[in-house]
Amino acid sequence: MRLPAVTLSEDTILYLDSVSVSFDGFRAIDDLSFFVVKPELRCIIGPNGAGKTTLMDIITGRTAPDAGRVIFGQATDLTRLDEAAIANLGIGRKFQKPTVFEHHSVFENLELALSGQRGVIENLFFRLSSESHVRIEKVLMQIGLHQEVSRRAGELSHGQKQWLEIGMLLMQEPKLLLVDEPVAGMTHQETERTAELLTDLAQRHAVVVVEHDMEFVRSLKAKVTVLHQGRVLAEGAMDKVQNDPKVSEVYLGRA
Amino acid sequence: MTNATDNPSWVHRLVARDGAGAGFLALLALLAVVIPVGNLAFEPDSRFHVPTYVVTLSGKFLCYALLALALDLVWGYLGILSLGHGAFFALGGYAMGMYLMRQIGDRGVYGHPVLPDFMVFLDWKELPWYWYGFDSFGFAMIMVLLVPGVLAFVFGWLAFRSRVTGVYLSIMTQALTYALMLAFFRNDMGFGGNNGLTDFKDLLGMDLQASGTRVGLFMASIGALATGYLLCRAIVRSRLGRIVTAIRDSEGRVRSLGYRDERFKLFIFVTSAVLSGIAGALYVPQVGIINPGEFTPVNSIEVVIWVAVGGRGTLYGAAYGAVLVNYAKSYLTVAYPEAWLFVLGGLFIGVTLFLPRGIVGLIGDLRQRLSHLSYRKARGVAPTGIDTQPVPTRQQK
Repeated sequence: MRLPAVTLSEDTILYLDSVSVSFDGFRAIDDLSFFVVKPELRCIIGPNGAGKTTLMDIITGRTAPDAGRVIFGQATDLTRLDEAAIANLGIGRKFQKPTVFEHHSVFENLELALSGQRGVIENLFFRLSSESHVRIEKVLMQIGLHQEVSRRAGELSHGQKQWLEIGMLLMQEPKLLLVDEPVAGMTHQETERTAELLTDLAQRHAVVVVEHDMEFVRSLKAKVTVLHQGRVLAEGAMDKVQNDPKVSEVYLGRA
Repeated sequence: MTNATDNPSWVHRLVARDGAGAGFLALLALLAVVIPVGNLAFEPDSRFHVPTYVVTLSGKFLCYALLALALDLVWGYLGILSLGHGAFFALGGYAMGMYLMRQIGDRGVYGHPVLPDFMVFLDWKELPWYWYGFDSFGFAMIMVLLVPGVLAFVFGWLAFRSRVTGVYLSIMTQALTYALMLAFFRNDMGFGGNNGLTDFKDLLGMDLQASGTRVGLFMASIGALATGYLLCRAIVRSRLGRIVTAIRDSEGRVRSLGYRDERFKLFIFVTSAVLSGIAGALYVPQVGIINPGEFTPVNSIEVVIWVAVGGRGTLYGAAYGAVLVNYAKSYLTVAYPEAWLFVLGGLFIGVTLFLPRGIVGLIGDLRQRLSHLSYRKARGVAPTGIDTQPVPTRQQK
C-alpha cells in the first residue's frame, strides 16, 4: 500500500501514520497516529494491553506493523529497516526490565553502548580514545555511578541498574529515547532522581516515556498521550487528560 | 616503570593480568624443550629418554587441547553449545589425509601411480576432481583452513540469520556432524568409506615413522596450540570479545545497541572452526589414520566434556581439561575397557552439578579460601573451621 507523501515540520522527530498491528486476530495497535517533536518529553500511559510496549517494539523494529508507516526525522521510514539499523539512526531504547550486561563492569557497559564502531573487525582492534573516555566519565557523573565504575553491573541495586541503562542510552547519543517503565520497582528517592534525570535529558533530546505510575508521570510535567485498545484516547497536559471523562472511564476511574 | 611495561611486546600485552594464561604458555614452552630433547638427545637406555610413543601421544593430546580451546571460544564466550565441533576437526583431518594419500604415490599395495589403494579396489579409473591439487602441500593446507571455515560460514550464516539459538542450534550442530558421518561412510563419496584414509608414508618427504618427524609434528602441535591461545586471548580481551560475551548474556540488548549480532557470531564460529580444522590436520599424521568415526556425535560431545571439566570461559582451562580427560581415557580404556563411557557420563553429570566452573574454577576458589584464612590468621582472627560464608568470585583486585 502506497501512502501519500507528507510534509512534516522541521522539529518533528517521530511520526506514526495510521499504524496497525494484530497478533492472532487481536488488534494490539489500531490505526494509531501521533507525533513527537524535539526536544520534548512525552509520556504514554494507558491500561494493561493498551499497546504501549507494542508501540515501542514497532518503532525499534522488533515488530513489523501490518499497515501504516513510522517516519523518523523528515523522511526515513523505519518499517523498512531492521533493529540494528534503527538503533544506529539514533533511536535508543530502555527496556521495561532493566537489561544491562550483568557480567560486564559498569564502565564496560557504557563502553559497549558508545556510539560509533559497530563492525566486527574494527572492534577487534578497537582502542578507547581519550575523548570517548571523557564522555564515559561525564555520563558516569550524570547517572551518579562514578563510584561504581569497576563494579560488575550484576551487583548493582535495581535502581542503579535502571540508571546504568539510561546511561547506556546516553552513550548512544540518540536523537530519540524510548524509555519503558523507568521507575518500576524503584524507591521513592530513586524515583525522584529518575524524574530529574529524564527532565534534564528532555532539554536536548526527544524522550518518550511509557509509565504506569501516575504520581511519577505528574512529576514529569510533560505532555501525556493516553492509549486505549491500540488507539489514542486523549492527549494533552496531565490535568486536562485526567479530567477527561473518557479517560476516567477506561483508566483512572477504575484505578 | 620498567622497560618491559614501557614497550611491551604483543605477547606481553596479551597475557597482562592473565597469570594463569602466562603459566599455561610457560608450561607449553617447557614441554617444547623437555620432550624433543628427551627423545632425540638421550639414548633409549638413558633414564632421561622420552620414548617416541610418548611424543606422539603428547602431540595427539595437544591437538585435542587446541580443539577444546576452539570449542571454548564458541561455548564459553559466545554461549553457543556446539555439539558438532568434531566435524570441523575431522574435515581438517581429511584434508591433511588426502595430501598424505597422494604422497604415497606408487608405493601403495596396488602400486597405482596416482590412485590411492581404495580407489583401485573400487575399480575407479581416474581421480575424482575434488582430489585434484591435494598432491601439493600448500594447496592441502589451504583446504585445511578453507573447508571447515566455509562449512562453518554457510551453516552459521543460515542459522544465525534465522536467529536459531539454544538447544535448537545445538541439535543442528549435532545433526551436521551426523550427516557428514553418514556421507563419509559411503564408498562412492570417494574418501575411503568405512576405512577412511590410512597407510600414510611420509609428509613433505619425511618418513612419518621416524622419531625426527614425530618430534617435528609434536613441535608443530605445541606451536599451533600456543598461537591458537594467543589468538583467542586477543579476541576475548578486545572490545570484540566484550561484545561477544554481551551477546552470550543478552542477545537482544546487543542488537538494540546497534550491533548486528549475527556477524559477530559468525566471526567467532568460523574462527573456531578453522582452529578445529588445524587441530585435525595435525592430529591425522600423528595417529596415522582418519576415518568417518571422527564424525560420530559422541566425539563432539566428548569435546564438550573436556571443556566442562577444565572450566569453560577461561581458554587455558579447556586445554587442561582436554589433556586430563584424555589421559584418564587412555588409562581407563586399557584398565577397565567397559567402564569408560560410564565414567564419561558420570564426569559430565558430576562437573555440571558440583563444578560448574570446572577444575580451574575449583582451584581459584581454593586459593581464595586459603588467602582468606591466612588473612584471618594475620589479623589474629581464629579460623572458625568451616567457612559458611559463600566465597565471592572474581572480586579480587
